[in-house]
Amino acid sequence: MTLVAMLLILAGLFFFAIGVLGILRFPDFYSRLHAAGKSDSLASVLVIVGVALYNLHDFSFANVLVSLKILLIAVFIYVASPTATHALTRTALVLGIEPWEKGKKRR
Amino acid sequence: MKAKLVTFVILLIFWIIMSGMFDGFHLTLGVLCCLLVAFFSNHLLFTEAHPPSLRGCLGFVVYLPYLFWQIIIANIQVAFIVLHPRMLDKIDPHLFRFDTVLKRPLSKVALAQSITLTPGTITVDVHDEQFTVYALTKDAADALPGEMEQRVARALER
Repeated sequence: MTLVAMLLILAGLFFFAIGVLGILRFPDFYSRLHAAGKSDSLASVLVIVGVALYNLHDFSFANVLVSLKILLIAVFIYVASPTATHALTRTALVLGIEPWEKGKKRR
Repeated sequence: MKAKLVTFVILLIFWIIMSGMFDGFHLTLGVLCCLLVAFFSNHLLFTEAHPPSLRGCLGFVVYLPYLFWQIIIANIQVAFIVLHPRMLDKIDPHLFRFDTVLKRPLSKVALAQSITLTPGTITVDVHDEQFTVYALTKDAADALPGEMEQRVARALER
């Protein structure tokens, strides 16, 4: 159980690292948001499930409740994260920030 | 009435998980609070015109694994692009619009959130039937609306 939890958390960290790398490498605001707002859709769930599993290593009713609470964090991230990404993209578009196109220099 | 009842049950389950106390005092408080909230603001969750149904709930449960699988595939694709040495050749970001067949606000929200959750595409705007989507690659753009919309329609429309 602990091993599975560790593997899940490590995989989550890997995808978080990819997200950070994406923020640094992508050419403009919009594509950076892709990396920033979405790597957490998979990575955070992997980490959260990992932590919830690890919490169950001595199995008791109280620990099950705590694990359920941890899993609820994932539910909230799944509702909040796309909404925030969507709001940011739309605001940027309304403000007239031009998307990067093929052939242009990266900003 | 049905909408209020289902809201109450969901709130109560949430209360019990959050509080973790099973004595009479805390449970009574929970029931009272959930009753009040369900009575006054159930329309935030369900409308009386579209009361929750068992079929909709089942459809949603069937839809979740599909969504999660899509998220995994898309994440690996984006990871590949991010790690690619000549990344700027790989990406071709552009905005595009498509019309949806979905009618209910709830299913439009579900589709918009699903599109944003799968890396490679962001929903910029939803206006009536028109979705504006910002896609990172050509492939990600071509996949829409396609299967995901049909699945949302099957899960939440009726």
